[in-house]
Amino acid sequence: MQPTPFHSRTAPLCVSNSWLEWAGYQSATMYALEHTHEYHAVRMATALFDVSPLYKFHIHGPDAMRLLDRVLTRDVTRCAVGQVMYSAWCDDAGHIIDDGTLARLEDNFYRLTTADPSLAWLQDNGYGMNVQVEDVSESLAALALQGPTSRDLLQSAATTNLSRLGYFRATRTGIGNARVTVTRTGYTGDLGYEVWIEPDDAEHVWDVLMDRGRSYAIKPAGTLALEMVRIEAGLLLSEVDFISCRKTIFEVQKSTPLELGLGWMVHLDKPFFVGQQAIREEKARGPAWNAVGVEIDVLALEAIYAEFGMPLHLPWEAWDTPVPVYVDGQQVGKATSGTWSPTLKKYVALARVRPQHAALGSTLDIEMTVEAVRRTVPAKVVKTPFFDPARKRS
Amino acid sequence: MSASISTTKSATRYDAIVIGGGHNGLTTAAYLAKAGRKVLVLERRHILGGAAVSEEVYPGFTFTVCSYVVSLLRPEVIRELELSKHGLQIVPLTGSFTPMENGDYLAFWPDDTDTREEIKRHSVRDADRYEEFNQLMFEMAYAVKPILGMVPPDLVSPSLRDLGTLRELARHIKGLGKRKFHYLHKIMTMSAADFLAEFFETDVMKAAMSINGIIGTMLGPCSPGTAYVLLHHFMGELDGAFTAWGSQKGGTGGVSEALASAARSYGAETRCSTPVKQVIVKNGRAVGVALESGEEIYSDVVVSGCDPKVTFLKLIDRKELPGDLVESIEKFKFRGSSGKVNLALDGLPDFTAAPDPSYVHEIGMVEIAPSLAFMEQAYDEAKYGGFSSRPYMDVVVPTAVDPSMAPPGKHVMSIFVQYANYELTNGNWEDERENFGDAVIDTLAEFAPNLKEMILHRQVLSPWDIEKEFALTAGNIFQGELTLDQLFFLRPAAGWAQYRTPIRNYYQCGSGTHPGGGITGGPGRLAALEILRGTS
Repeated sequence: MQPTPFHSRTAPLCVSNSWLEWAGYQSATMYALEHTHEYHAVRMATALFDVSPLYKFHIHGPDAMRLLDRVLTRDVTRCAVGQVMYSAWCDDAGHIIDDGTLARLEDNFYRLTTADPSLAWLQDNGYGMNVQVEDVSESLAALALQGPTSRDLLQSAATTNLSRLGYFRATRTGIGNARVTVTRTGYTGDLGYEVWIEPDDAEHVWDVLMDRGRSYAIKPAGTLALEMVRIEAGLLLSEVDFISCRKTIFEVQKSTPLELGLGWMVHLDKPFFVGQQAIREEKARGPAWNAVGVEIDVLALEAIYAEFGMPLHLPWEAWDTPVPVYVDGQQVGKATSGTWSPTLKKYVALARVRPQHAALGSTLDIEMTVEAVRRTVPAKVVKTPFFDPARKRS
Repeated sequence: MSASISTTKSATRYDAIVIGGGHNGLTTAAYLAKAGRKVLVLERRHILGGAAVSEEVYPGFTFTVCSYVVSLLRPEVIRELELSKHGLQIVPLTGSFTPMENGDYLAFWPDDTDTREEIKRHSVRDADRYEEFNQLMFEMAYAVKPILGMVPPDLVSPSLRDLGTLRELARHIKGLGKRKFHYLHKIMTMSAADFLAEFFETDVMKAAMSINGIIGTMLGPCSPGTAYVLLHHFMGELDGAFTAWGSQKGGTGGVSEALASAARSYGAETRCSTPVKQVIVKNGRAVGVALESGEEIYSDVVVSGCDPKVTFLKLIDRKELPGDLVESIEKFKFRGSSGKVNLALDGLPDFTAAPDPSYVHEIGMVEIAPSLAFMEQAYDEAKYGGFSSRPYMDVVVPTAVDPSMAPPGKHVMSIFVQYANYELTNGNWEDERENFGDAVIDTLAEFAPNLKEMILHRQVLSPWDIEKEFALTAGNIFQGELTLDQLFFLRPAAGWAQYRTPIRNYYQCGSGTHPGGGITGGPGRLAALEILRGTS
């Protein structure tokens, strides 16, 4: 595992010494010995995540827009300079490859973040076009600054006025002596920013943010906290809530944007994108699955625990092992990840079910085990994001 | 305008009027409104919340004026009133830090392994037994917990339902088995110090752990009965985890605001700066309230969230009540024992004993409880009508996790102080208040020397101030001590523990009823359910 450009700063803070591998990089799962306070920092103050392991690509040239509009399901021609778009992209069969954010930094200059290596896919799709695709994953460090105090904190560290930087907008600014790009994006569903930094400036920017952050109760946070907040935000995780069609040869493991609830980012009316025809056909016949958010009935779960003579136990970490979901004893889908939400005081999960069971308010039965005994617990289909504070967009 | 107050009758008639907008009054109001009743909450002060209140006492700084942590808030109240939707947001305070007089410390870290290693520094044996002790307390809390959600049976004239409850209770106690029953008996009768001594040998360990046995009680750790108060505080619950303490966003006033918001969302009305003078009783039945302004408001039901003394002896003419009840209430022990000091700070003070000075603020509480002798001496000094010159303190800096309560880089510190006797033998609290504040700051500065230079503003509340400002008799934070003789079917008086009063349609819903004090919402909820049962 490689260290990220922030390793000299994150390592001494990582008291738990608990790391996982993320895209080949060493990534902290939690800094303290338990992640609770890192979770709460996202919802009450500011959490600082090292998200450098994301794959990042620069797309330049006169045909940059043409290439991206061909690859991404969203209408990239509508992406203004200084705007960021969240989009998926697919193969010819309309199966999802990946999702990520696209920032238009200049007229003919875009930055795309992805979960997986994507250079060849982008280059191959640009065959014959006047466009350069560059993998900048290693030459761009990134931090996510997320939480209700992140705006004030970032402003206290930035050299320009960021008060007018809207949701899903990008700008260039300075932090300390470093030039950085700031996007108002994140993976937490909260007010937050991502800061894109030259690796040589990484430690300096970290130091400035942590120093200023002391006045805003900043806390470095790891993937365990991130997992909880991204589920509350109803955001999908690749390899947990879906598998890239480039990573599996089995049809049953592939999925489509429509099945994943990403239909809103599929612009079927634009001239062309990879997978368009297949998705058109899928839309006509109706997707095989629908993504839903469910709220698990905690009282019913408590009653099951009581049968075992035990008090209710709620998971203090998010889970990401799929479990079956039933209606009337027949399996109708699966829940792919879930978490107890300390903020909502609700037990929520992301699931995929047959369309006839996806309506809001439908009741499903989700499999849970208590002392390794399989049981089902009622779960109600509810709207996602589960948690959607006004400050996210304000 | 003439100076005399004329009586006006309010045109609007309510199904229920709740006197007192404290957290239990708001809970009752929310439940009643949710059930479709037309409810009005009347609060004496300019702000809702009672003792669960946050106020900007000093510009830019929000103080959690009285109560400061949450743990006993019943999960069913959170769920049934959807409090998260209304702003409830609690960060757990998972650790505590106790500096010692010799410069050493004892810490309970958020992580069990860490805590074990820490206790091992003091005693390997205690480290072993810590887990055993926690397990026992967990077991006892789990065993006793159902009682918290139960309407106490009336032993004076039991109804059919009461007999059912008693049978259930008997079965429950029988089901505990010999060992648990044995411990339950010990917990009910012993002092916290003696009970802890059965497990631990390290003095500071016993001191730090006895805290939960004395909070809000005019008893020292060596007084019998304190072991139960210890258990009471073990029944706190957060997200299914027992014994967890937490800090509400914006202070405990945030809990009250969430409850008020829930109540209003169901249609309840709230009026502040509206002190009630008396409950209007006609033919042994409550029919409304008379305000101090002279206004009269009528309703089918009147509920008092005030403490038993106010509920029975101030809001009602005592001739309306049976003599034995009046006597019981007069004898009900209040004995205010604690004060509160709130500070606006320029920075985070460093506790010199701490390995990481700022970390201790983030994880939880700092306990000034360096030894059992320190605690008991603090009690001794106050016992005969004074305040401790070196008091026990429970210190929380909410801004370490919730920066919204102070300007960037600044902090607020909440210091719960014990002991301060409501009854001063020499002098009065108006004169002694700041001397008491000085004793607090001086003692705390022994452990955090740079504290003094950081203080921007200081608010000192003696038990007398708490009584005056929050109408809590003798400044007792629990609306009456949580000793066994004042709990369950004896709270507030035998025969009157089911939220009713001898006056028809006049109910009680404050912490002076079962399950008692702390931000539980328990009395408020159970009272509402009884009212709905009685009037549906």
